[in-house]
Amino acid sequence: MAVLLLAEVTNGELAIDATAKAVTAAKALGDVTVLCAGASAAAAGDAAAMIDGVAKVLVAEDASLGHRLAEPTAALIASLAGDYEHIVAPATTDAKNVMPRVAALLDVMVLSDVSGVVDGNTFERPIYAGNAIQTVKSSDVKKVITFRTSTFDAAGEGGSASVESIGAGDDPGLSEWVEDKVAASDRPELTSAGVVVSGGRGVGSEENFALIEKLADKLGAAVGASRAAVDSGFAPNDWQVGQTGKVVAPDLYIAAGISGAIQHLAGMKDSKIIVAINKDEEAPIFQVADFGLVADLFQAVPELTEKL
Amino acid sequence: MKVLVPVKRVIDYNVKVRVKADGSGVDLANVKMSMNPFDEIAVEEAIRLKEAGKAEEIVVVSIGVKQAQETLRTALAMGADRAILVVAADDVHTDIEPLAVAKILAKVVEEEQPGLVLAGKQAIDNDMNATGQMLSAILGWSQATFASEMGIDGDSAVVTREVDGGLQTIKVKMPAIVTVDLRLNEPRYASLPNIMKAKKKPLDEKTADDYGVDVTPRLEIVKTSEPAARAAGIMVGSVDELVAKLKEAGAV
Ligand SMILES: Cc1cc2nc3c(=O)[nH]c(=O)nc-3n(C[C@H](O)[C@H](O)[C@H](O)COP(=O)(O)OP(=O)(O)OC[C@H]3O[C@@H](n4cnc5c(N)ncnc54)[C@H](O)[C@@H]3O)c2cc1C
Ligand SMILES: Cc1cc2nc3c(=O)[nH]c(=O)nc-3n(C[C@H](O)[C@H](O)[C@H](O)COP(=O)(O)OP(=O)(O)OC[C@H]3O[C@@H](n4cnc5c(N)ncnc54)[C@H](O)[C@@H]3O)c2cc1C
Repeated sequence: MAVLLLAEVTNGELAIDATAKAVTAAKALGDVTVLCAGASAAAAGDAAAMIDGVAKVLVAEDASLGHRLAEPTAALIASLAGDYEHIVAPATTDAKNVMPRVAALLDVMVLSDVSGVVDGNTFERPIYAGNAIQTVKSSDVKKVITFRTSTFDAAGEGGSASVESIGAGDDPGLSEWVEDKVAASDRPELTSAGVVVSGGRGVGSEENFALIEKLADKLGAAVGASRAAVDSGFAPNDWQVGQTGKVVAPDLYIAAGISGAIQHLAGMKDSKIIVAINKDEEAPIFQVADFGLVADLFQAVPELTEKL
Repeated sequence: MKVLVPVKRVIDYNVKVRVKADGSGVDLANVKMSMNPFDEIAVEEAIRLKEAGKAEEIVVVSIGVKQAQETLRTALAMGADRAILVVAADDVHTDIEPLAVAKILAKVVEEEQPGLVLAGKQAIDNDMNATGQMLSAILGWSQATFASEMGIDGDSAVVTREVDGGLQTIKVKMPAIVTVDLRLNEPRYASLPNIMKAKKKPLDEKTADDYGVDVTPRLEIVKTSEPAARAAGIMVGSVDELVAKLKEAGAV
């Protein structure tokens, strides 16, 4: 049984953490072939070849694959599907854009955000914002899956897989890329950071978010936010943690001025240690916190930054 | 241009779901059901396109149990013109998989010939995030998922998408499928007069058989369980105590 794994490649670079976590999940299913697709993908292919557990790497370089547009990427994967029983990817926004399209091209269901592998046909996935875990058994001949990266450890390095170049699939020419707005940051990436400090509506403004960022920088942490904070313009969309944002499971998650709505908890309740700072002792976030502090964040957060 | 908006009836986002003790699923009897929040945003966007003179007619469609009629009436009260209910299940606990939903929607598209399909990016019950992409594959149309901004420009749509790294803007050829994200707009509430008016708007009832689509699930639900609960935590009285506890736990 063979597995084709779509690596996360952004502007020619391999997102090693997300890809290596998906490799861990995929190894249980069979020999893993990693596909690196992009306008430039050779360097990503070389990096993927070193992930432990990867048997083979396919590199598809073509201008049409440059910005991960769904149509050409899905067409390429579908054209390779014949050789594989499982076609998988880390559950990033790129993969969530592409993989359901691949599944429909193959006339099979997609299994999104899988958090556990029971056997080659049976998988666990969270539903209802993580309030229930469903075990589902697929009757499809091919299984198209995205893996929730926060529940798998990254595979190590030390592999030396062979790398093969392949052509692109058909580009139906339906979409074109216009621009990316990506904020450059020296901070660790939200989904792979060991520590995350998040702020909510209680932070009050974009300027005040500097308090959260200072604490994050002191801890070498990534910064997160609730939907309310993003909707209010205090923080950019890519910081949103939750059911419809990013799912994180760091060693330490600090939530300041966040009430703890189920949609937010869905994105962070698997963190190892959760700290909540909120001035309302009734806030539901305290129900999942290992350490809760009822306090005004404008005092507590700077004090914590100083004392750590 | 006609705009087609698929709307799903789901458990209200404020309801805390309960997993049934026998592991057979989630208890949906007597709980509040609403329109999937993302679909409200899709309906709102369609109405705004119509108000801006870019769309002539808004058709909403729901696939599921008969009770999804209520969801369609809500969409009509917001401002949609016409509704299609495709009855594909008779138990409220039966959900139709995105692949089957997409196949039915593809048939509806064939009949209705919309220039744009606006769907939600995910349904908050199953969080599958799949239907729009699957429909787009079946039709061979362009797709723009997770839209936080969109504009129609002649025979193409320019869509800004919320992605892991930030925002991506793409231009897609029409007809297109756009799936909407939370920040695209703030949906309106239906006014009482509009709720009354919606009762008279046309609502066609069909079945999955009418479209010749087999809705047999590909995924069998083996069991549904509660997620592992977190061990109870403690409250600390000061920042000093918090720092001490974090050090003790080896977290900093
Ligand atoms: C379909 C859907 C999807 C959603 N997806 C997400 C998602 O992915 N992520 C997400 O986060 N939310 C999501 N939400 C929104 C969610 O339901 C909540 O509205 C949101 O999480 C609330 O954010 P908050 O906790 O920052 O704000 P609030 O609920 O307003 O809480 C603010 C908190 O700050 C505290 N506070 C205020 N001032 C201070 C102070 N000076 N010091 C200390 N504490 C203070 C208050 O006591 C309060 O508890 C979604 C909602 C829907 C309907
Ligand atoms: C109570 C319950 C019971 C279930 N029982 C079974 C079962 O017995 N067997 C089984 O195999 N699976 C079952 N499932 C799982 C289910 O079939 C799919 O996994 C589920 O539909 C996942 O997709 P989604 O609704 O999250 O769609 P998404 O792809 O996340 O939905 C995205 C968008 O597509 C549109 N859309 C989706 N569905 C519809 C619809 N019905 N009508 C109109 N528009 C729609 C909306 O615009 C929506 O915003 C069950 C699920 C639940 C909640």
